[in-house]
Amino acid sequence: MSARIFEPILARPAPTRSAGPLGWLRSKLFSDWKTSLATLLVGTLLAYYLPQLMDWAVLRARWLSDANDCRAEGVGACWSVVAEKYRIILFGRYPFEEQWRPLVATLLMVSLLVASCIRACWRPALALAWLLVLASFFALMYGDLAGLSKVESDRWGGLPLTILLATLSIALAFPLALAVALGRRSGLPAIRSLCTLYVELVRGVPLISVLFMASFLFPLFMPPGLNIDVLVRVVAGITLFAAAYMAEVIRGGLQAIPRGQVEAAASLGLSYWQTQRLIVLPQALATVVPGLMNNFISIFKDTSLVTIVSLYELTGSLSLGLNSDADWRPYKIEGYFFIALIYFAFCYAMSRYSLWVEQQVNKGKAR
Amino acid sequence: MNNMSDPIIIFDKVNKWYGNNFHVLRDIDLSVARGERIVICGPSGSGKSTLIRCINRLEEHQEGRLVVDGIELSDDIKATDAVRKEVGMVFQQFNLFPHLTVLDNLTLSPIWSGKIPKKEAEQNAMQQLERVKIAEQALKYPLQLSGGQQQRVAIARALCLKPKIMLFDEPTSALDPEMIKEVLDVMTELAAQGITMLCVTHEMGFAKAVADRVIFMDEGQIVEQATPQEFFSNPQSPRSRDFLSKILGH
Repeated sequence: MSARIFEPILARPAPTRSAGPLGWLRSKLFSDWKTSLATLLVGTLLAYYLPQLMDWAVLRARWLSDANDCRAEGVGACWSVVAEKYRIILFGRYPFEEQWRPLVATLLMVSLLVASCIRACWRPALALAWLLVLASFFALMYGDLAGLSKVESDRWGGLPLTILLATLSIALAFPLALAVALGRRSGLPAIRSLCTLYVELVRGVPLISVLFMASFLFPLFMPPGLNIDVLVRVVAGITLFAAAYMAEVIRGGLQAIPRGQVEAAASLGLSYWQTQRLIVLPQALATVVPGLMNNFISIFKDTSLVTIVSLYELTGSLSLGLNSDADWRPYKIEGYFFIALIYFAFCYAMSRYSLWVEQQVNKGKAR
Repeated sequence: MNNMSDPIIIFDKVNKWYGNNFHVLRDIDLSVARGERIVICGPSGSGKSTLIRCINRLEEHQEGRLVVDGIELSDDIKATDAVRKEVGMVFQQFNLFPHLTVLDNLTLSPIWSGKIPKKEAEQNAMQQLERVKIAEQALKYPLQLSGGQQQRVAIARALCLKPKIMLFDEPTSALDPEMIKEVLDVMTELAAQGITMLCVTHEMGFAKAVADRVIFMDEGQIVEQATPQEFFSNPQSPRSRDFLSKILGH
């Protein structure tokens, strides 16, 4: 072989493939016979069911009619049930004429949650905002001051209750889960066994039984006269339950941190707590953002189980509103669609937010 | 060395085991003078990393005494904290904190454990980065740098605490051949400035150029110690002759 003089080749951009929409269709939907078959099958199913769904949900639906009108022959979905019952679905058994109070309370709480998600708001004042909003939430809901009538917590219901339960449970379960996750890796055997015992015990029972115990068994062990509000007991129950799962997710993240990180921190003279707070937890939590958000979304939806102890949050107040009304009871499915939409809006927002957080925490890994 | 009357590190019959059966350090006796530069070499598993990791108590010894700058290492956490402020360490795998920028990697410990104001810590950090010739990367994240650059950042990070002693645990073993020199250059410069250095390495060129003393370890013991000239030209024990023939022979 004759020696050739080396000539450097300048970098150039990757070739772009532009075959137009037809080319896209071919490459994505009909690239070979298996893909084509799948496309045809799915296409047929959609072509068959989509028009029927549209027909039921939109074309033959009733929107603002009365119940009799919905019962007429050939009528599809009866969305009128939502127009008729949205107050009881959203606010449960809360006194009808006072329902502006839960509305304002909910708006305040949702604004607080949104603000807490925005980086520009992460400053000490946010903690103050939490205290203020929680205080006004309870003041508005409970009343008994400033001319507001008193509404006992067992009459609270609907969306405000769902949001309150979810927010408090998540906000309380997260720090507890952190402590338990660190505890399970502690060098002290007593702390380690205690945390392991807690996780295994709580994971071994269904949430329903935890709520049942919190609501009915727990008061039996309290001294007579001392009565803890059912809401507090239920929040404690969900918190303890959720924290066990969350702790295991966080522990997974802790296991993923290389030993060298802790050694480097130690060699730099950082204490155990400084190391955990500044080095280990930021990295561990960043790796488990998807798992944590999974937990948060579960908690949000699991609040629907408090119906078992006669607290009527969103799902409970739907049943409450429709079961007692023979005219509208047949249209429960439309009601369920309505609250499914509300649940979905919240859960989807949470899941999009978690994607954003993932992007933020992975900045250091980008080339 | 002339100032051996006041050694900065003293190992006195130090023993250490991993588990019950692996006797990793056996009766280690060693005095390091202030400003002395020591290279430790030996086959893998000979205990050389463990030896230097005992000095800042990343490993605990079970028997014997270990005194660093007048402080005896023990279960007393205060003693460990005090020693760690005097001792900087550089690891084979760099162990930079990937979630922090280069600058934050350097200022973290001065701010949190040194209680130094942020401004001052950052000024000092920039000086150290200039010292390792990498100041322009201060705002990048570690994983955006090459291996050699990361290791130089790690050296700068250790220097930010103004340590009296620097420990290097195979600092060039994880680097591409092209990057070894830039790290060794920084270490050589450091050695010229009078800091006490203990370096586990197989870079024999570095040992010859920089070390006051070479220590050869095998099976948890110090087999031989001598000046680099003596050690490389006239190794005393058969074990070190065998070792040298293997690492210099290729």
